[in-house]
Amino acid sequence: MGMTMTQKILAAAAGLDSVKAGQLIEAKLDLVLGNDVTTPVAIKEFNKIGIDKVFDKEKIAIVPDHFTPNKDIKSAEHCKMVREFSHNMEIKNYFEVGQMGIEHCLIPEKGLAVAGDVVIGADSHTCTYGALGAFSTGVGSTDMAAGMARGVAWFKVPSAIKFVLKNKPAKWISGKDIILHIIGKIGVDGALYKSMEFVGDGLKYLSMDDRFTIANMAIEAGGKNGIFPVDEKTVEYMKEHSSKEYKIFEADADAEYDEVIEIDLSSLKPTVSYPHLPENTKTVDEAEGLKIDQVVIGSCTNGRFSDLKIAAEILKGKKIDPSIRCIILPGTQAIYLQCVKEGLAEIFVEAGCAFSTPTCGPCLGGHMGILAKGERALSTTNRNFIGRMGDPLSEVYLCSPAVAAASAIHGKITDPENA
Amino acid sequence: MKVCGTVFKYGDNIDTDVIIPARYLNSSDPKELAKHCMEDAIHSSVKFADNVKEGDIIVAEKNFGCGSSREHAPIAIKASGISCVIAKTFARIFYRNSINIGLPILECDEAAEDIDMGDKVEVDFDTGVIKNLTKNKTYKAEPFPEFMQEMFSAGGLVEQTKSKLGIK
Repeated sequence: MGMTMTQKILAAAAGLDSVKAGQLIEAKLDLVLGNDVTTPVAIKEFNKIGIDKVFDKEKIAIVPDHFTPNKDIKSAEHCKMVREFSHNMEIKNYFEVGQMGIEHCLIPEKGLAVAGDVVIGADSHTCTYGALGAFSTGVGSTDMAAGMARGVAWFKVPSAIKFVLKNKPAKWISGKDIILHIIGKIGVDGALYKSMEFVGDGLKYLSMDDRFTIANMAIEAGGKNGIFPVDEKTVEYMKEHSSKEYKIFEADADAEYDEVIEIDLSSLKPTVSYPHLPENTKTVDEAEGLKIDQVVIGSCTNGRFSDLKIAAEILKGKKIDPSIRCIILPGTQAIYLQCVKEGLAEIFVEAGCAFSTPTCGPCLGGHMGILAKGERALSTTNRNFIGRMGDPLSEVYLCSPAVAAASAIHGKITDPENA
Repeated sequence: MKVCGTVFKYGDNIDTDVIIPARYLNSSDPKELAKHCMEDAIHSSVKFADNVKEGDIIVAEKNFGCGSSREHAPIAIKASGISCVIAKTFARIFYRNSINIGLPILECDEAAEDIDMGDKVEVDFDTGVIKNLTKNKTYKAEPFPEFMQEMFSAGGLVEQTKSKLGIK
């Protein structure tokens, strides 16, 4: 029996000819990632192991992005601990404030993940790099510690669901609408423990940024990873950003899937997830008119240049509704700089938006845009759980950058077609 | 090994933001995290942190621990004194984090459906038998996979890593 794309990558990393779903393996890691929230716990566990060196100082990336620039004294202590550890271990890919970005925007941009890699990150959205044809998945801090020590991790080989994306996406349809639609269809545990493989003729219409967004939210359907086949766009992206050697894996023609789901991209409408689960989706026409207090555009899901570009196109020459706040956070310093150079920064500031340094900040209720009791945010982030962006009695609605920008102008959820 | 305790019962999709809200993640001290464990379970009739005792048990329905990879979630639960979590299913990162840090978790549909808040429950990890002492009923959980038993007996992933590196 054939293997899925994920199974082939895992088999190679485990030094096996083949693997099958359910098998427990130990795989070699090409990258181990952590942030300022998860790395302190990993350091404590690493120190318990009793070694003074990491397995490979080139293959670890540490990105303080969650509560940075340091939001309070306790966070500053965590960041200090992470900084000192990175220094002592001579970790090459430590990114200080001023260099750092939101980790899942930064890692591909810096060329640290490429096709065929096996990546673990102590952050659930590590699944983002599946867009590049890598096996990439979120783990906890102890896994990160063990990964830093030995350069391996244990995995249960996943089965897979194949998503066949067909046709050209309708107007305004972005990667975000596609993945929200899918999560709405299969539920927040619809792909529990499984790979989500995205294939089909519709892929040729999806930019790398769209693919990053889709792979990023595989975890929101419970998926172990999301993965895309490598095509010309992937190769072009990797050539531009990375000098690492990449390896292209393809699913076998006779690979077995638990399910095959077809999505007609031409029939989708912009999609909004209602509180308090990403699966509570409605189309924007059903949500239109709902009053909001805050708009957030950014995050590891939608903080890339093309996300901000579409927001800028909609906001150009307009003002945001005076009753709301609109916070725009670019994913990396390079994206920030590009926004400045290409005039997006000016559009945002002229429109009355707060435009600031990269941080995960408000997405997880850290800082830079926390909600009060009863407040409602429309956000391009990835989770709308109870209390996610602030008070447990606040609400988060998820959407694409286009819907967020259109809604910011009107102070209520708005179809970008009517912006 | 057997554990016995009073049950805190929850529904579907209890996410890690509910288990330990991010506003407390500026600490990684287990005792500090335990103070805020399940704080945003706003629909629960019982306030977890004020009532939990050593040995108590969490029972939930499907997809327990979904969302963020924060190990702070199973750490907070373990530091609260919880001896076992039973659910229909667990989100995968929570599942592996629990195994890695040695928080016992069991998947059992019947127990998850039948057990109520406040029931007294006994769990035998060797046999997978869950006894509801309040309702006088018995359920059978999936036994731990062999791999997981090995990890538990090694004392978690850190201990296993030490032994693989030949560190005593």
